[in-house]
Amino acid sequence: MLYVIQTALELGFMYALVAMALFLSYRILDIADLTTDSGFVLGAAVSVVVAAAGHPFLAVFAAIFAGACAGFVTAFLQTRLGVPSILAGIVTNTGLYTVNLMVMGWSSNVSLLKQATLFTMLRDTGIGGSWYKLILAAGVTVLAGVLLVWFLGTRLGLSIRATGDNTDMVRASSVNPVFTVTVGLCVSNALTALSGAVVGQYQKSADINSGTGIVVIGLACLIIGETVIGRRNIAVNAAAAVAGSIIYRFIYAVILKTSVVPIECLKLVTAVVVALAIASPALKEWGALKKRKMGAQQKGGR
Amino acid sequence: MLRLENIKKTFNPGTVNEKCAIRNLSLHLAPGDFATVIGSNGAGKSTMFGAIAGSFFADEGTIILDGEDITFTQEYKRSRVIGRLFQDPLKGTAPHMTIEENLALAFLRASTGTVPFSRISKKDKELFREQLQLLDMGLEDRMKQPVGLLSGGQRQALTLLMATMVPPKLLLLDEHTAALDPATADKVLELTKKIIAKNHTTCLMVTHNMQQALELGNRTLMMDDGKIVLDVRGKERADMSVSDLLERFRTGAGKDLDNDRILLSMEG
Ligand SMILES: Nc1ncnc2c1ncn2[C@@H]1O[C@H](COP(=O)(O)OP(=O)(O)O)[C@@H](O)[C@H]1O
Ligand SMILES: [Mg+2]
Repeated sequence: MLYVIQTALELGFMYALVAMALFLSYRILDIADLTTDSGFVLGAAVSVVVAAAGHPFLAVFAAIFAGACAGFVTAFLQTRLGVPSILAGIVTNTGLYTVNLMVMGWSSNVSLLKQATLFTMLRDTGIGGSWYKLILAAGVTVLAGVLLVWFLGTRLGLSIRATGDNTDMVRASSVNPVFTVTVGLCVSNALTALSGAVVGQYQKSADINSGTGIVVIGLACLIIGETVIGRRNIAVNAAAAVAGSIIYRFIYAVILKTSVVPIECLKLVTAVVVALAIASPALKEWGALKKRKMGAQQKGGR
Repeated sequence: MLRLENIKKTFNPGTVNEKCAIRNLSLHLAPGDFATVIGSNGAGKSTMFGAIAGSFFADEGTIILDGEDITFTQEYKRSRVIGRLFQDPLKGTAPHMTIEENLALAFLRASTGTVPFSRISKKDKELFREQLQLLDMGLEDRMKQPVGLLSGGQRQALTLLMATMVPPKLLLLDEHTAALDPATADKVLELTKKIIAKNHTTCLMVTHNMQQALELGNRTLMMDDGKIVLDVRGKERADMSVSDLLERFRTGAGKDLDNDRILLSMEG
């Protein structure tokens, strides 16, 4: 039981980085960035390959850098070449599939055998006892979250937020939207890749398909968190991404244990939840209109 | 301060919707000039502002601001020294960001020597509070609230503050009080006058109120069909009545001034 809780927390923290990345791209920049799926795999692949070469620390930074590059390509396509933002993400995502295979030496998965990872290094210091994995996962995510919140309060961060909030304003103020969108997507994809990097070392492997559907799951986490915690300010939003991710992993664990729904159905359930949550304003409006129409009919009938 | 030489702009060239919005437009504003702009619907007033602010590049002609040729300068670079307000009060502020963050954005961008990672300091906050007090709308006590909660008039006043907190070289006001209720419009106009007078800002202001066009500032420009057809100042302007102005427009443009809102605001 304790093991299940521990695992859910660990996964929750690690995947929370994806929810945070989507908070930045989807909520703040108002861009549905579909680079995410392959970006996650890219992070994992780079991290595992570099760790396999004996540099687990460097691996994380290499993964972050690789993710930022992927974000740059997507941003370049949409800001400079006029590719619609969704398509820009899909194009990069597709291209990355090959890049990811290349990183993994043209194989569809790579594993770490005896090589050190950040996790084994922490375990060997004895810090945290049996909780060492959770400490590392939480530490990385909290640190990234704090940095993200700090960054969004700087002049550059405020400019990025304004870009997604009011395009009219941005065009007339001295914010260069090309620049802010580019920086925003680089940072968000760096976060996604960081998530992949940590998960890769945690699982001691990277798989070409491990990112499938990550973007929808990340959105689900974000929406769950926002529903539970709220959206008052940037710090609360970042915390909501983490909370949502943890809740999602607990739900996942419960489903896995109890089989109320076959685990194979989880992606469908997640997709439906995300679709409903994003559709909820439209659904509410539709419901209100229906109600009004019924009310009008009743009056007319009398 | 501002010199426009033979500016021309055609929208949708080569299509059935081709529209020459401004043609052979020349204008020279001296430092501290405050010119009101009046003209028929579609005369090209907003297009002229767009050309100056850099929303698009002019097809022909040159634009010189404070001795610097800005004809091909990007809009976001020009806006460091050009403040601009639109009719729509929602255009100038970011609704999900707080009053403080909106001000910080305007302040940090326009004040020179700030680095990308600079943050809002205590001193900045004090400055914002002082500036907000000048608006006399109680906004200084709501600095942590998102701008989306403010009324249109409050948002327009805030936009005005954001555009002028660091005084711009040129201020462009495009019917910036037209969408507000009369009382709020008066208030925002008073603020505008005060701020322009204090900083001696060079300013162009589109209005559809003929009385205002003659009372405010030191020059009145009239536009028609993409050109400036009338430019009065000094004694000639001081002696001018609204009906004189209409008459002068008729001789200048060869037709009556056609702008529903102007006619309405004259009856009122
Ligand atoms: N972006 C645009 N695309 C096509 N036509 C435009 C555009 N902007 C303005 N126009 C046309 O140019 C003319 C001048 O418009 P504008 O400058 O907005 O007039 P106003 O003096 O009322 O502000 C109008 O006929 C308008 O329809
Ligand atoms: Mg106009």
